[in-house]
Amino acid sequence: MTVNLFYFFIFPGLIFVAVAGAFLSWFDRKISARVQFRKGPPLLQPLYDFFKLLLVKETILPRHGSPFIFVLAPLLAVFGATMAGVFILLPLFNISTGFRGDILVIFYLLTLPSFSYIIGSLASGNPLAAVGGSREMKLIISYELTFILFIAAVIMKSGQHFDLRTIIDTQQSGTPFIGSISGVLLFVAGVFCIQAKLAMVPFDMPEAEAELSEGIFIEYSGPPYAMIKLAKFIMLFILPAFIVALLMNGMRPGIGVLWLILKILGVVLLLVLIKNTNPRVKIKQASAFFFIWMNLIVVIAIVLIAFGL
Amino acid sequence: MGFKDYCFRKSLWVFHFGGASCNNCDIEILDCLTPRHDLERFGILLVGSIRHADVLLVNGSINTRDKDRLLDLYRQAPKPILVVAIGACGCTGGIFAEGMTFAGPVDAIIPVDAYIPGCPPKPEAIIAGIVKLAGKK
Repeated sequence: MTVNLFYFFIFPGLIFVAVAGAFLSWFDRKISARVQFRKGPPLLQPLYDFFKLLLVKETILPRHGSPFIFVLAPLLAVFGATMAGVFILLPLFNISTGFRGDILVIFYLLTLPSFSYIIGSLASGNPLAAVGGSREMKLIISYELTFILFIAAVIMKSGQHFDLRTIIDTQQSGTPFIGSISGVLLFVAGVFCIQAKLAMVPFDMPEAEAELSEGIFIEYSGPPYAMIKLAKFIMLFILPAFIVALLMNGMRPGIGVLWLILKILGVVLLLVLIKNTNPRVKIKQASAFFFIWMNLIVVIAIVLIAFGL
Repeated sequence: MGFKDYCFRKSLWVFHFGGASCNNCDIEILDCLTPRHDLERFGILLVGSIRHADVLLVNGSINTRDKDRLLDLYRQAPKPILVVAIGACGCTGGIFAEGMTFAGPVDAIIPVDAYIPGCPPKPEAIIAGIVKLAGKK
């Protein structure tokens, strides 16, 4: 029991993923700044933002909404992100518990933050938040099919294994999945999926700073907004870690820790560069992009896997 | 300065309210976020919703219609909130001070924490004002 609580709250749970995610959030902002020839924020900036929101600011509850659900939704988001993080990182770090990383559980837990953002935004009673919520819903419908096909392709490539640890073991005894044509195609689809899951710029229409002024988060202030920031930090860490575990060999012991860090930083760097070099697309374009092109890529990858490429 | 206060000073998120402005101050405020001046060095971000704001930046002369909006925004902002009046119009009324729709300078409507005069103030002046604001108390 105690060890399970330790796994959930300290390592590789809440505190570890939050700190790693905060670092990656700083990395994101710093790289964005460097791309725009700016200097960028200091290293501890995500920490200042989080503690300012958590400790200093006042919480304002919506008069025309449902305050209970409004406050509960960010907690649900943090819970989902942390659970997904624990279930991804336990197999990735090769910590042997009874759980070997059932990939479908991880898939469902990863959708929990997006769903709780929708619930929270609709509970706030703000029309702009409602528009953001409906956009987020359409975005989920667009990318979830691609994401589950992507996971199915990885399962197929590993020889019908549904647990993350066996998938990593398969790669470590053979070659990493990304070292083949189908693996590269899957990596492309996976990166765009997590770009949409993180609501980063080509797919940030639920937040849409310019037109919806933060959209789904418009009514959040103080501690609930800090919880949303925390959930976003955690997602920014665990989704690249998930891609690394599925396609890029996971982690070997010893010096492998360094390689794992470099691989995660590389994936985040790719995400940030895509974010900085693309304008926001319309929701219709995003749907077409995922329904037609990304699904096509994953289906081609599945066919190639069936032929053993 | 305690830990809470320190975090607040290091992460000021700015909400920009333009009254009946001639847009020169708006341009200079945007200038502060460009590569040359880059206010994100100090953790300052421009946010789109008043619920996320720590600083309410007011420029332009406030006329009778703007007054209600400004009061609304001030009441809806999560406390603590700092108010900065930018430009001659925000600080005193400037050339509009005797206009018939003028509803008073910003500090006649809501309490102001910092004044940055100028028509328009240079970005350097705005940065100096923000740094003084962050080091206040």
